[in-house]
Amino acid sequence: MSTLFRFSIPTMKCGGCARKIRAALEPLAGVHDIAIDISGRVVELRIDGGDSTPVMAALAQAGYPAETVSADTALEAEPGHCSIDDPPQQIESGGDGMRLAITGATCASCVRTIETALSSVPGVERASMNLADHSAHVLGAASPQDLVAAVEAVGYGASVVEDDNSLEEERERAEQQLYRRLIRDTWLALGLGAPLMAWMVFGGSMMVHAGGASQLVWLLIGMLTLAVLVFAGGRFFVGAWKAAVHHNANMDTLIAIGTGTAWVYSMVSVLAPSLLPEQARHVYFEASAMIIGFINLGLALELRARGRASQAIKRLLGLRATTARRVADDGSEADIDIAQVTTGMRLRVRPGEKIAVDGVVESGSTLVDESMLTGEPVPVSKQAGDAVSAGTINQQGSLVYRATRVGKDTVLAQIIALVKKAQGSRPPIGRLADRVSAVFVPVVMLVAIGAALVWFNIGPEPRASYAMVALTTVLIIACPCALGLATPMSVMVGVGKAAESGILIRQGEALQTASELTTIILDKTGTITEGKPSVTKVFGYAGWSEDDVLALAAALENASEHPLAFAVMEAARERGLNAAMVSDFVAENGKGVQARYHDNLVRIGNLRWLRDEGVDADAGSADARSITDQAGTPLYLALDKALIGVIGVRDQIKPDAHAAVARMHARGLKVVMITGDVRGTAEAIGREAGIDEVIAEVLPADKASHVRALRDRGERVAMVGDGINDAPALAEADVGFAIGTGTDVAIESAGITLMRGSLHGVVDAIAVSSATVRNIRQNLVGAFLYNVLGIPVAAGLLYPLTGLMFSPVIAGLAMSLSSVTVVSNANRLRLFRANPDGEAV
Amino acid sequence: MTTIWVNAAGLAAMMMIVWWFWLWKPRNAVDTKDGVIDIRVANGTYTPALIDSPAGKPLTLRVLREDASPCAEYLIIEGLGISETLPINRLYTVKLPALAAGEYRFHCQMNMYQGILRVH
Repeated sequence: MSTLFRFSIPTMKCGGCARKIRAALEPLAGVHDIAIDISGRVVELRIDGGDSTPVMAALAQAGYPAETVSADTALEAEPGHCSIDDPPQQIESGGDGMRLAITGATCASCVRTIETALSSVPGVERASMNLADHSAHVLGAASPQDLVAAVEAVGYGASVVEDDNSLEEERERAEQQLYRRLIRDTWLALGLGAPLMAWMVFGGSMMVHAGGASQLVWLLIGMLTLAVLVFAGGRFFVGAWKAAVHHNANMDTLIAIGTGTAWVYSMVSVLAPSLLPEQARHVYFEASAMIIGFINLGLALELRARGRASQAIKRLLGLRATTARRVADDGSEADIDIAQVTTGMRLRVRPGEKIAVDGVVESGSTLVDESMLTGEPVPVSKQAGDAVSAGTINQQGSLVYRATRVGKDTVLAQIIALVKKAQGSRPPIGRLADRVSAVFVPVVMLVAIGAALVWFNIGPEPRASYAMVALTTVLIIACPCALGLATPMSVMVGVGKAAESGILIRQGEALQTASELTTIILDKTGTITEGKPSVTKVFGYAGWSEDDVLALAAALENASEHPLAFAVMEAARERGLNAAMVSDFVAENGKGVQARYHDNLVRIGNLRWLRDEGVDADAGSADARSITDQAGTPLYLALDKALIGVIGVRDQIKPDAHAAVARMHARGLKVVMITGDVRGTAEAIGREAGIDEVIAEVLPADKASHVRALRDRGERVAMVGDGINDAPALAEADVGFAIGTGTDVAIESAGITLMRGSLHGVVDAIAVSSATVRNIRQNLVGAFLYNVLGIPVAAGLLYPLTGLMFSPVIAGLAMSLSSVTVVSNANRLRLFRANPDGEAV
Repeated sequence: MTTIWVNAAGLAAMMMIVWWFWLWKPRNAVDTKDGVIDIRVANGTYTPALIDSPAGKPLTLRVLREDASPCAEYLIIEGLGISETLPINRLYTVKLPALAAGEYRFHCQMNMYQGILRVH
């Protein structure tokens, strides 16, 4: 047996320190698998026998005093056994340098081989590997592919650890660069195109006169236009060519052919005017340049608008802490990088600080603002035993908590991953646009050539000029981008907007279905009610006192996990009653529990079950009715076949349940409550909450069949439940809503997850979904109309009636604005307010 | 005569478009080696854009996005419910489960980047 030790060495700063530390440790007997992480200032090694004193002494003697971070006893890895199946543990990057997840390394020699391989890659300044978490940290300017290749070349596996923060920063940097380039290209193209355009607008001739000075001038302008096409529009031509080689056509194809045709035609006019009739010797250099300018401008504006559309993810990423304050066993505290936090560590969070990872409070009490995750504006009280979540903010007191989930396992990380995935998903409404955009470009090319041929054959003179204008204008005005963007942009903004309110929409399909619902089925316990029942009345019969009834009931419920059981036990505890002794406990799901009490069989449960078991419960009928009339639930307690008590338990309705149900009604939704409770109680609660239909006395396993029955009646059904007990019913519904209190909800359990317990979340989710689908429809209609109207007009369909024909320059402007319009319309969703007072969309 | 040539050229171009973009059947697909395939995202195209893979075996796509334009940001694989956000200039790994035989289209958010994964 050996023990894996992890030492923190604050004075270790560079590769030289690492070498000295390794030299000090390697001679020590029983010390092996030394792994040094310079960036984390951590040394990890195994010690046979588990005594770390010689190691601590050797480190201190070498000038590097160390502190033990952790010690785990484990079986030693077999020497030389290197399994490439070891799963890489991915940890967050510290922000500088690059982190690689390494597979196959199990020993100190592996570490040395990998560090040497990485260091030999050109551009690497420093490389260190941490055997404990199978990661390597590399500083320098080497490319990720070269680093991965270097590790693979020496027989190990490597992949770049993607850290959301650094990736987001890199994305922003790259987009900023692209934006600057697009603006530069816009100026370059418009710098040539605008004066030419002005010349034309103010009456200047765009005709080439063979042999005149104008021919030379136009040749010079033609060359300048070529420079614009190459420098400001070169990527369109490269993209078009590459796509064509792959038998694909895209937006680049249209731009390249459109502007290229205009330039080639113009150059033919300039260089070989005799090939064209005199009236057709026109140049369109201004069109080529202006189109390139407008399209670059459109792309730049679109890039900006899309940046705004992804604010939600940026906000979520911003919630993550970068450091945590670790509390050591001796009580000392030190700030450590978030990447170094492991489960089981004790951490302190001070007032005003973010909670670094998910955990359980060990000491202290405070109020925590969880609104950023749950949308719940009221701070939540936390004390010993309560769960806390990464990204939430400690408002008042100081807390010490133990880390339970770190890195990608935290609720915050799961939310980020879920939102990112959902933002890229596509609701069915966008499928038509997908199908159209997949064949759009070749169709437009056919239409453009067809239009040009029509103009050439039956058009007025100069036919060649008109044909060229029609061809170019059709190619340029057609905008596959607007179609392609219509759905995904709205989904991105809508899903992000919902996440800001603690509503997690898992896929695009759920988003669309939520907007088409006709019926909402609400589970009772924990959904309409608080889920924290309490005993309101106790009745004893056959000589049993209230306290005796409660004591025996508490004994029976002791082994149960039903919410009602907790209420009974709590009531017994409050009265200071000692639970009676029972044995042979059996729980009957959805019915009750039974056990042996002395020589008797005792049962506590619902009336139907006890009657089925032959118990005469008539003595308690009047008392039970008084309980159900007040929305309480009667529990019947029987000794053998005799009723000995009835206990009234009531679960309070959530204070805002009635208002939320009223909002559902206002949206035209039918609201149904489903519960295993007795009809009288269920109806009383239903009346209080304003429910339309109550389905009572349903066994948990039968809830799904009731959902199915409603769907069979043609209803579009949502089921709202806790996501755990109601999982089958949630899955059976058109869309399932998992509703949780705080951040302990099962996020992946339903199509839509509500992070706060309020039923308003259901209405908010429906409102956001409806607004998003409406927005998608607007975008799709706009994009289809734009293309359906724009292309025929560009082809010259209005010319016979009005004598008017679009200029290619106007087409370029329209095309660039069409996709910006789609993105801007999607961005309007950001103004959406999911509250009853009104919607901005 | 010019009219005939122009019309002939136009019709030929139209036929060429139909054949090149729709009727042409790809032949030179790239086979996955050891269940791993590297895909480059640049200049409006996936390289390779046509991938052959054996059915019933998991497949790993290692995608390198070099194009910073937002169009290239998402990789969507139809029929598999996969929608991944691609980082820029980093290899991004997408692990696919063992797939049934068939054609799976993959594309960007706006369908400008397009590729086909043929599983057989």
